[in-house]
Parts: sequence; C-alpha cells; structure tokens
Amino acid sequence: MGSIERVHVATRKGLFTVERVRGKWDIVDVAFEGDNLPMLLADSRDGLLYAVLAHGHFGAKIQRSEDGGRTFREVAPPQYPPKPEGGEDVDPVRGTDVKWSLELVWSLEAGGADRPKRLWAGTIPGGLFRSDDCGESWELVRSLWDRPERRKWFGGGMDRPGIHSILVDPRASDHLLLGISCGGVWRTRDGGESFTLEGKGMHAAYVPPDQSADPNIQDPHRLALCRANPQVVWAQHHSGIFRSEDGGASFVELHASPSSFGFAVAAHPHDPETAWFVPAVKDDCRIPVGGRLMVLQTRNAGRSFEAKTRGLPERYAYDLVFRHALDVDDSGTLLAFGSTTGNLWISEDGGESFEAISHHLPPIHCVRFSTVRVKSPTWPVVAS
Amino acid sequence: MPKLNFTPNLERHLGLGSMQVEGSTLREAFDYAFRSLERARSYVLDDQGHVRHHVAVFVDGELVHDRVFLSRPLSEASEIWVMQALSGG
Repeated sequence: MGSIERVHVATRKGLFTVERVRGKWDIVDVAFEGDNLPMLLADSRDGLLYAVLAHGHFGAKIQRSEDGGRTFREVAPPQYPPKPEGGEDVDPVRGTDVKWSLELVWSLEAGGADRPKRLWAGTIPGGLFRSDDCGESWELVRSLWDRPERRKWFGGGMDRPGIHSILVDPRASDHLLLGISCGGVWRTRDGGESFTLEGKGMHAAYVPPDQSADPNIQDPHRLALCRANPQVVWAQHHSGIFRSEDGGASFVELHASPSSFGFAVAAHPHDPETAWFVPAVKDDCRIPVGGRLMVLQTRNAGRSFEAKTRGLPERYAYDLVFRHALDVDDSGTLLAFGSTTGNLWISEDGGESFEAISHHLPPIHCVRFSTVRVKSPTWPVVAS
Repeated sequence: MPKLNFTPNLERHLGLGSMQVEGSTLREAFDYAFRSLERARSYVLDDQGHVRHHVAVFVDGELVHDRVFLSRPLSEASEIWVMQALSGG
C-alpha cells in the first residue's frame, strides 16, 4: 500500500487529473471534456471526488465519484426555497429583483473530521448550503440568508454576490469562517445556527471613503487559514492583502511589492507566518506586473515578501490566477497553480522553483491537491 | 397525447429523447414528464420552476413567452420542443 499525490484541475472545458508518473508530473486523465467546472472537492475523509459543473444552458450541477474520478454520478444541486410572495429583495447596486435561484456553486468544502458526510456549498447569489449526506440533499442556511445585511451584498466581478471561501476550523467543525464577494467575512460557531459579521480592519477603495471600512461591503477575494494555527487567517482582498491573528475578527493590512492586488492565497499548513500569493497589476489591469509572472511568498507574517520567479515566464506573460487556482499540499512543500491562459505549474520546493505541466489547458478555475492511498498506480502509466 | 421532445444536447446529460405526456397546459405536461424524470427538472427549469434563462421552449412551432407560469394551452396533438437558446454556452 502506497500513496499517490494528485492534483485535480477544474477548468472551463474539463476536469484534469495530474500525477507524478515515473518521477515526472503529467496529466493522466480528463473527465467532463468540454464542460465548464468552476469548482471541485477531493474529500480526504472518504476519498469521494466532487465535480461542480456550470452548464451554460442547463444550470449548476454536482457529480460525485466513488472511484477516484473514473466514473461519476449526478447528485442533487443545491436548491433555493420558493421566494415569499411579495417579499422585496432588490440588488443594492443594480436595483433589480434578486431571484432566489442557484446561479453557481462557487465553493465546496468538507465539513470536518467528526462530521463525516457533511458538506458546505457557497453559491451565487449568496446562499450557504449544508448537506449531511454527501451531497444527496441540500438545505439553505436560512440564519445567514435571512440576515438583513445579506440584502446589501453585491457582486464583485460576478453580477451577483457569492460565497467563495468556507474555512472549517480543524479544531471544531461547527466553526466556519466565510469569505463573500462582496459581503465581507462572516463567522458561525454553532454549525450555522447563527452568524456574526467579522473582518474589522479591512477597507475598500471602491466605495466612498466614509463607507470604506464597512465590514459588510468588503471584497475578500479569497481567505485561507493555517491548519496548525487556525487563528491565523490570510485574505487576498480586492484592495490589498490582509492578515488576522484572531480567527478573522480583525485584520491588519500588509504591503507587498510589486503589487498587493490579486485573487488567490495559499496558507502554509504548519507555519502561520508563511503564505503565497500571485499578484497582478491592479483591478483595472489584471495582468502580471511588467508581463513577468511571479509568486509572492512571505515567511515572516507579511513583514516582507519574496518574489519567486524560477521556472515562470519572465516577459510577455498575461496569466491571471483565479481565487481557487492556487493550492498547497498538507506538507507545505508542494505548490500548484493554474492560470486563465491555461498554464499549470507545480513546485516541489515550497515555491522556490516551478515546473510547467501544461501550456495549453483551458482557462483554469480551481486547483486542489489530494493524497490517494493505492495498492498500485490507478492510471495508465504514460510511456516516456 | 402531447409529445415532448428534448434537444440532443440534453440527451447527453440525461439520456432523454422524446416522450408522450399528459396535460392541458405546458406546466402540467412538464410536471407529468418530470415525475418520472425528476433529475431532468433542474436542467429545464430553475429553482423557482421557471424556464431556465438559456433554455427555449416551443409549442406547435411557436416560442413560449410565459416562462414563469407555463400557462400555454396544449391540445392532444401538441408538440413541445425543449431547446437550448443561442446564448449562454
């Protein structure tokens, strides 16, 4: 019995599996060729693999694999309840009616070791859903959806607001921290029975100055926590990089060079002072600074950042890395990220250097590591 | 009995072709069809039971405009086509 380190890559046109074959990382399989996958989840608790689909015509769907991705079976998509008759629910920016209807499953997370079948799904237009049967059925978490603050959330990038980050505290499965664009940082300590608005210290440059610090309008592009010290939470925000040492209650802004703008962040699983980011110029120029792609790493809680460029293109690169497209493995040494231009890189030395796995994948939405216990390699070994 | 036809693109997801249905309105016909094909409901209708934004429904050659209540009357000889709109893909 051995184990295989696997990278799952959800793209605009398929779900790819990457493994180390004879010492070299390579694509070994693709599922859902041609279909749009915004998200995936490789559940380390039971080995189930979830593929989230966004069919252009036929809506958001979830498929589940019990054999590591060889075959999939569709399970229920989250479903919003009927909108109450006469219930006013108006988008604060567009002034249009908010339809209580699933647009996108944007995030999907396992619900903790002591909740073996529990899943959490974050969606657009802003609903959090819980499943206690591995996705066979879903329930909208009304305690958050019915909050009056929810009606002030608005879309950031997407037309409608959405929950993209669901951090489950490894010490207590009922403790969740949510990142919402644009609705700030929310916490529950009772498995979703009640929520509090957190994220003090974040500020936004896209609203008038007197509203800049309103926690409910913040656009944290992505949240990530240190598993060994979940009090430490990193945020790649629309208006910069932030870090919390009190579990997301308050954040301090950090300053990275050449830019603090970006979408993705990965937190080191053991070292609370280490995290990685992939910067872009700024919100109205979403390309690498100077056409030079880099990963920014801090190893001292954000007091300084190091630019990691070895193995990455040094000029004429236009890769943007979406918020779910950067991941680190459980050891903190394997790093993977994929870009809008279909490039995929893996680092085996904690980000010191990168190896290109492919330059011609579809636009990459989500990259996630998993470790699979196997008797022998499960995929056909590609002859070298 | 009215006849319900699905676009070949739905056949890929659901294995659906065409079927005979019962009902005097489009809503009744869909309810009849989806009772035995519950999974298909979410491909054609959204959470609120409205026709999906990028799905087009034709009855006897005419595009259905009431996408909310699906009140379009059917005759015994009606033919329904569920198609993908030329957008959203």
